Amino acid sequence: MKKTLFDKIWDAHVVESIPAGPDILYIDKHLIHEVTSPQAFNELKERGISILRPKQIVATADHNTPTENQHLPIKDLLSRNQLKQLTKNCEDNNITLYGLGHPYNGIVHVMAPELGITQPGMTLVCGDSHTSTHGAFGTIAFGIGTSQVAQVFASQCLLVDKPKKLRVNVNGKLRDGVLPKDVILYIISKLGTNSGTGYFCEYAGNVFEEMSMEGRMTVCNMSIEMGARGGLIAPDETTFNYLEGKEFAPKGEDFEMMKVYWKSLKTEDDAEFDQEYSIDASDIEPMITYGTNPGMGIKLSDSIPKNTGKSDEKALEYMGFKEGEFLIDKPINYIFIGSCTNSRIEDFRTVANYIKGKQKAANVNALIVPGSRQVAEQIKAEGLQHIFEEAGFSLRQPGCSACLAMNDDKIPAGEYCVSTSNRNFEGRQGQGSRTLLASPLTAAATAIAGKITNFTQNFN
Amino acid sequence: MEKFISLTDTAVPLEIENIDTDQIIPARFLKATDREGFGENLFRDWRFDKDGNPNSKFNLNNKKYKGSILVAGNNFGCGSSREHAAWALKAYGFKVIVSSYFADIFKGNSLNNGLLPLQVSPGFLKKIFKAIYTDSSEELHVNLENQLIKITSTGEAENFEIDPYKKNCLINGFDDIDFLVSRKEAIQKFEEKTFQF
Repeated sequence: MKKTLFDKIWDAHVVESIPAGPDILYIDKHLIHEVTSPQAFNELKERGISILRPKQIVATADHNTPTENQHLPIKDLLSRNQLKQLTKNCEDNNITLYGLGHPYNGIVHVMAPELGITQPGMTLVCGDSHTSTHGAFGTIAFGIGTSQVAQVFASQCLLVDKPKKLRVNVNGKLRDGVLPKDVILYIISKLGTNSGTGYFCEYAGNVFEEMSMEGRMTVCNMSIEMGARGGLIAPDETTFNYLEGKEFAPKGEDFEMMKVYWKSLKTEDDAEFDQEYSIDASDIEPMITYGTNPGMGIKLSDSIPKNTGKSDEKALEYMGFKEGEFLIDKPINYIFIGSCTNSRIEDFRTVANYIKGKQKAANVNALIVPGSRQVAEQIKAEGLQHIFEEAGFSLRQPGCSACLAMNDDKIPAGEYCVSTSNRNFEGRQGQGSRTLLASPLTAAATAIAGKITNFTQNFN
Repeated sequence: MEKFISLTDTAVPLEIENIDTDQIIPARFLKATDREGFGENLFRDWRFDKDGNPNSKFNLNNKKYKGSILVAGNNFGCGSSREHAAWALKAYGFKVIVSSYFADIFKGNSLNNGLLPLQVSPGFLKKIFKAIYTDSSEELHVNLENQLIKITSTGEAENFEIDPYKKNCLINGFDDIDFLVSRKEAIQKFEEKTFQF
């Protein structure tokens, strides 16, 4: 049978298949952070089991960390304790930790790819659902729960059923102003939030082939928002060029050898998928969400669809919107540009390019949070911070920040926030907050206008 | 892990679709370093208003509804991978969650904690809601051995699917760590014969 990219990587990592049961899947890289690891460390301690392969684990602190004054002790006692615990657990078990203040610190799904830790053909897991991000490299990467973190600690393996295969093809030419975020928001709005459940999703077509690695990461990142455990894009020259010279990527001859293998990681012609969708790129426009799950998205220029179900009514009531209403011209007081979806250098270049020489509207609080220390340094090196400052945007230190509001970066109750993050669930950005997901460009344009605006009208 | 074999109990209806793990346990309660105490913050922002007063419209606060079975709308447990969601449901006292669809990661997390995610057809889910709304003392019978769920008063029943390996784990209280550690030799052999990144 012809193999898909997914089959090739999966099959190469099966230690054993249990008859009428799951596979024992070998895990090459395990990323951990402060929130979902402490109970797993405890679990092993209680059972008297040691960590099998500490060298294959990399830790960072990101979910809980403040984005101001990172050099000072963390004010929130519980957060401080959780980070202390991570440091101690890593020290006790000889695990590399890029903690707060380390030059490699950052959001786990930003720092690992930019350091070359993520490589094509690997299996990679993390106790975080957005681990799907790493699929951009042609990597089987997926989020796991804490019990599974403990399983990987103990055995470097997971017991998992092989997921079904889904392919989403997007071909054609994207319109001006349409970013990778719009592509994935469009896909989710068309297919629905549970269309991918039980599947691994390969993205194919010229739109993804022409996308940068940053863009591919944005797309794969949100695979989980349609329920898919992971996303995948076949590695190509764009991938290899991105990886070459990265800190932990293979070097010299080793790199060339790996490239030969990586080039073989393509879905064969006529390989079968359990489900396949095709989308015409020219149908995609800048997108925005109006509800409380990422599938409730519309084109900026569209009105909120007429809904039927109780759950949609509940969502609209929470958001303070009505069926048939247009979002254009809605006043917005908060903008968040950050998160593992959109906090890479390319995102900030796009934002800087749009806001250069402009001022944010007086009513707007605009928060910019880089995904990692390296991205923060790059922002400085390219002089983007002056553009942000002059436009009245607040540039913070890296972390997950207002994407999930575990730290002090919260959107007040009742307020709308146009956010480049990945989830618009009730209260996600703070109790009572109302999130509208969009691309960095849409967020930047909203900040300047002080309201939702159809910025593409000004494009030639 | 606690064993699960069968259960007959009343149920709490939560007829909302796409209940995400941020609702089950909001992120601000994820700062703990152990597994205890998540039950009191289960559905925190739906159960209580911002001043901490119980929301009387929410079914977990409705005295009419009690029991260790939660019956929820389609696509339960979507969103974040936080296992804290399964811990919170378990600590609150739920042993079975019934829905017409579960998100993958949540489903795995539940099974790893002896909490049974029981998937029924959309039609049967409707029947269960109807039975509970008609009489809140309606009991549901769940039998894992026979993979059967029954509405006691009407006798209407449906078989449900479960991975045979996971079924065996639940019935015997085994967990994946025990099993994987027992396969250490095979894992080491695999490492020797394959490329290591």
